[in-house]
Amino acid sequence: MALIKRIVLDVLKPHLPRGIEFSTALAELGPGYKVNYKVIEVDEKTETVIITIEGDNINFDLIRDTVSQLGGSLHSVDEIVVLNENSTM
Amino acid sequence: MNIINPLHESHNIARRYFVVNGFDGALTMLGIIVGFYFSESVAIETVIHACMGAAIALGISGVSSAYMSEVAERKKELRDLEDAMIQDLSDTTHEDLSKTIPIFIAVANGISPFIISLIILIPLFLSHKLGLVIIDPLLASLFVAFSLIFLLGVYLGKISRTFWLWSGLRTLLIALLTTAAVYLIS
Repeated sequence: MALIKRIVLDVLKPHLPRGIEFSTALAELGPGYKVNYKVIEVDEKTETVIITIEGDNINFDLIRDTVSQLGGSLHSVDEIVVLNENSTM
Repeated sequence: MNIINPLHESHNIARRYFVVNGFDGALTMLGIIVGFYFSESVAIETVIHACMGAAIALGISGVSSAYMSEVAERKKELRDLEDAMIQDLSDTTHEDLSKTIPIFIAVANGISPFIISLIILIPLFLSHKLGLVIIDPLLASLFVAFSLIFLLGVYLGKISRTFWLWSGLRTLLIALLTTAAVYLIS
């Protein structure tokens, strides 16, 4: 079974919620989620951020829906690391 | 999920409305009571009815005016944000807050003059309902009004980190000027 271990998202979001609240909300979506939140660009009403999420089994659909619910717009998925844990040699 | 603390950005607005409209309520009651005090003898019940009418009107005015203006402002902010995001923000935290924050602010705006008016009328209630008369009820209410206005000034001083006594005396001076104006006109 293939599990997503790491994803890097390009997100456009309003200033609120703040980065701390936004990244905390994403981290709370799953046990062991590690979220790296980096601001790339800021304008009057929005900011572009790169969000890196690492975990044992990342639920991408839930993350996408949460980003949307928090007012963010997912522009692109820039990086994905998937591991097939059933691999046998 | 609502992780944007609705009080985070709106409590400053609500606090401002609370003080401004609290001041309105206190000065309105002060003006009415001063007017009755310097007029011919009037039944306490008449004063209570007049003041309660004003207090209710101030409360309803505060709630409705703040709600309508805040709803309009929040909707505009939401539309501006949607334009900037090029995205519909329906069913998001932002839309939820654009509906709940106006209610919170409207309540703060309307309840403060109403509550402050009721507090000022306590001596009149005690006199009329319970027959408790230590001093002239109108004078007692005036004293309560002046005290509340002074305390509102002290509170403003605390917020702005200025000397609380000067801030309190400033609002008290406004109350005295109001009293003088009502006396001169009536």
